[in-house]
Amino acid sequence: MSVVGSIAGKVRKKPPRYSAAGLLSKGLRGGEWPRVWRDVPLKKSYDVIIIGGGVHGLATAYYLATNHGITNVAVIDKSYLGSGGSGRNTAIVRSNYLTPEGVAFYDRSLSLYNSMTSDLNINVMFSERGHLTLAHSDAALRTMHWRAEVNKLQNIDSSVITPEEVKKVVPSLNISDDAHHPIAGALFHPPGGIIRHDAVVWGYARGADHRGVEMHQKTEVLDVLCEGGEGPDGKGAGGRVTGVRTNRGDVSAPIVVNCTAGWASLISDMAGVRLPITTQPLQAAVTEPVKVFLPAVVVSGSLHVYVSQTDRGELVFGAAVDPFTNYNVRGSLDFTEGLAGHILELMPGVSKMRLLRQWAGLCDMTPDYSPVMGFTPVEGFLVDVGWGTYGFKAGPVSGEMMAEAIATQRTPELIDAFKLSRFEDGRLVGEKGAAAVGH
Amino acid sequence: MLLVPCPNCGPRNASDLRHVGESVSRPDPNSASPAQWRQYLYIRDNVADWNTETWYCVRGCRRFFKLERNTATNEFRNPPMPGNKLGGKA
Repeated sequence: MSVVGSIAGKVRKKPPRYSAAGLLSKGLRGGEWPRVWRDVPLKKSYDVIIIGGGVHGLATAYYLATNHGITNVAVIDKSYLGSGGSGRNTAIVRSNYLTPEGVAFYDRSLSLYNSMTSDLNINVMFSERGHLTLAHSDAALRTMHWRAEVNKLQNIDSSVITPEEVKKVVPSLNISDDAHHPIAGALFHPPGGIIRHDAVVWGYARGADHRGVEMHQKTEVLDVLCEGGEGPDGKGAGGRVTGVRTNRGDVSAPIVVNCTAGWASLISDMAGVRLPITTQPLQAAVTEPVKVFLPAVVVSGSLHVYVSQTDRGELVFGAAVDPFTNYNVRGSLDFTEGLAGHILELMPGVSKMRLLRQWAGLCDMTPDYSPVMGFTPVEGFLVDVGWGTYGFKAGPVSGEMMAEAIATQRTPELIDAFKLSRFEDGRLVGEKGAAAVGH
Repeated sequence: MLLVPCPNCGPRNASDLRHVGESVSRPDPNSASPAQWRQYLYIRDNVADWNTETWYCVRGCRRFFKLERNTATNEFRNPPMPGNKLGGKA
């Protein structure tokens, strides 16, 4: 183990702060930046083990340490931090959902994103540029009105605007009747915007590390260890979790949290907890950078496409999930072809732009397009999964709520509707305001 | 691009078919408990390995059939088996 290993378990006294002055002096004098988080040996036991080092897992660890003083925590990931959905999403944040549960939840997340740069002392480059959800039919427009009213009741800035007003917000959109699916109006949500997703991951990891949480990358969970359950090896309902088996040895912990997105059902199966989840890849793509011309995030549910322009000038596109379950993250020509067709219908002016690359991330889809959060029939085994195509924007509040659930051993009210038992009780949430859902 | 080996139409692009989903056992409606019904409705194995699934050839022969596919590599193996629109195990 390297020199940094010798400070294992100790909380850094004075975490180095990021500042403009520091950047300037480093730029003038040169030299290496200090490592952002420690590289420490894996201990034999922790109070809490969080499986999955993405926004959800790291935010849970961060809020456990900051809000509840629980710092004997390990975040383990089979790859590097932010290698899954946290580094593959299209970085759009918003709170104009359809169900009151969804709106309350994502609004809290948006307010945490708003103050994140100062809270975490890292520039997450949150750009509150406005979010347009286009409607192409009377039926879609009716849903937009419904969403707008639900939003207004909860004090969310959200309204339905006409095609002419859409054109004023985004001049490059084609609002004429010539299009195959003409724009009939849009739901305008000014607080929505984009954020630098990698900085969010690094910010939470750094903040958690400074408070004593350990990050263990390249540590794959091979089994979840349980006792007393009705299934084989003491797994399943009525049992209790005792730790995890990893490729670096067994680690014991009374609480294990599953934040593994696409792999969620595989990890939960290891504890004997069956989840109503299927894994489907969602593809995204980015173009070459051009001069800034797209001032807002544009989404079309009917055309299955969303687009925003990054600070570098690239257009980032996302689409619907692939139409079959799959753990493979290779891109397909079907996606590129469909995407190009739909984008050109919305913005004919970008026909000469070239795609730089495309990629895919794994989405853990639930039957009702809402997450599964909180306690399971196995004591000490918690889940924060089923985040499908909307996980990134919910990262901060999920972490906060999961940390509260772990610390108080009670389900917080904000996530009560998302508990696993809703599928047994028949109380599905039905969030049709989710991203990448045709409605 | 995923080429699905339809037993009647030969290899077809996946966009010509509908993925009905993983084959699950349909309980007997006369004797099933609510828990068994929910299991049938919502719970899937969702393995990252070989899995038996039902496909529907929407733009071809319009038949349901079952195939074994590896969900990690997207390879198919073994000949197609007859299926039905309920996606259940025959």
